[in-house]
Amino acid sequence: MSTYKMFFAGSGGQGVLLMGKLVTYAAMLEGKEATFLPSYGPEMRGGTANCTVVVSDKPVSSPLIYEADIAVVMNRPSMDKFEPMVKPGGFMFYNESIIDRKPARDDIKTVAVDLAARSAALGNDKVANMVMLGEVVRGTGVVQVESVFKAFEKEFTGRKAALIPLNQKAFMGE
Amino acid sequence: MTTDKVLMKGNEAFAEAAIRGGARLYFGYPITPQSEVPEYMSRELPKHGGCFVQAESELGAINMAYGAGAAGGTVFISSSSPGIALMQEGMSFLCSAEVPLLAMNVSRGGPGIGGIQPGQADYYQVTRGGGNGDYRIPVFAPSSIQEAVDLLYEGTELAQYWRNPIMILADGMIGQMMEPVRLPDFKPVPKPNEIAGLRDWACTGYADRGGDQNRRVVKSLRMQPEKLEEHVEKLFAKYALAEKELCRYETENLQGAEVVFVAFGTTARICREACELLAEQGVKAGLIRPISLWPFPNKAFDEIDFASTKAVISTELSMGQMLTDVQIALNGRLPVALCHRTGGMVPTSPEVAARAKAVLEGLK
Repeated sequence: MSTYKMFFAGSGGQGVLLMGKLVTYAAMLEGKEATFLPSYGPEMRGGTANCTVVVSDKPVSSPLIYEADIAVVMNRPSMDKFEPMVKPGGFMFYNESIIDRKPARDDIKTVAVDLAARSAALGNDKVANMVMLGEVVRGTGVVQVESVFKAFEKEFTGRKAALIPLNQKAFMGE
Repeated sequence: MTTDKVLMKGNEAFAEAAIRGGARLYFGYPITPQSEVPEYMSRELPKHGGCFVQAESELGAINMAYGAGAAGGTVFISSSSPGIALMQEGMSFLCSAEVPLLAMNVSRGGPGIGGIQPGQADYYQVTRGGGNGDYRIPVFAPSSIQEAVDLLYEGTELAQYWRNPIMILADGMIGQMMEPVRLPDFKPVPKPNEIAGLRDWACTGYADRGGDQNRRVVKSLRMQPEKLEEHVEKLFAKYALAEKELCRYETENLQGAEVVFVAFGTTARICREACELLAEQGVKAGLIRPISLWPFPNKAFDEIDFASTKAVISTELSMGQMLTDVQIALNGRLPVALCHRTGGMVPTSPEVAARAKAVLEGLK
């Protein structure tokens, strides 16, 4: 691989920034170059949230991207905005539980994930983002599964450490 | 070795670098996009025996920095564009009084209260000075979190060495993004009773001076014009030395380049990607990246391949401020064009590449 450019987008509270951060962390732990750029602005709970992540074997020139190898969209406005920005042949992972349309592109690989059903089966709808992250990482190989698990240990510390097994389970699609 | 890198948000890394560089006094007021700096300082600085004060305003913060610096403290302050604007009077005072200070501007779109997205339209403010009188402030513009960390770490010493404010100019994007960064070791910090000896001009009181009864005076008021002129001439002799010693830049692919971008900070990274895009389209493009904005790296422009280069493009998040310095540095040797976005808008690399092609086309 040379460079992966990624968008993670959804609404505030869906955990899109955490997904992006974990991929960045995992890439760093693999010795790769990586940048994470969150959108920031006068935003609020329920508003839009997105971040861009670039993972590369060489130093990342611009953290700002205008096209993506991988887009991860958690709601309809995010799909409307980011689907046109996926490179031909790239991936779009989308939350089919709440997105009320099918992808419009036929020149990209689309992966529908029923996050509501999957997280309900795990008994915790807060892990929906980890279900999605698992699909993205296992489906594209942008980083290794083991690296994400190491990133969990860095990110979920103190009180949150108890949540690592649940997040691993969600991530692995068990 | 990758294990010792950590993933940090720019603003948090800036604050940590200042602490590791020896800063133990921070005065500030929250403002987006740098509010994580005071937040981090309020949490971490007391753990290192330092002192964090949330001032009542940026005006308060700069004057607290003036006082603490005059007393020999190692001071760091940060803000964003409109907040830095409020500090300009203080900057002039600190320069006149030769008080060290490490300052950081995580800049955003202006003018006025402007917006909160990244901007570079404070270029004139920081390189020309927004305060009154004849003075200079060395300004460094990092284009990555690592470079910002290294400059801040060094900056505490530079400020003491030159007895002058040192400004680190980042922008909202570098402040808000996360990148892996290698943090330097903690510098040893002088004990309070050692400061009088180390900083032999600082107003520390007589107690730690071993019987030295000379008054130490830190001031910016000089009523006699002869004395003031003499003082300003002395300052400018110092600035002339700084101009030689603090000039920093990087160049990339200048040999055989048809077009050369000049860009700093975030914009330099976008230009680097634009150079790659242009290469794919058969256009050879190079980059001059000023790291020091004052002193501006005029000598970098002597490295341009004048046999191949047809135009130089100042690429900025402003209406064209560095452009003036690029024109001065080139002194008519090549046409200078501007590629810009402003108000918090950031160009994409294809936009920058397209601008370069249009400029070259326009010269035909």
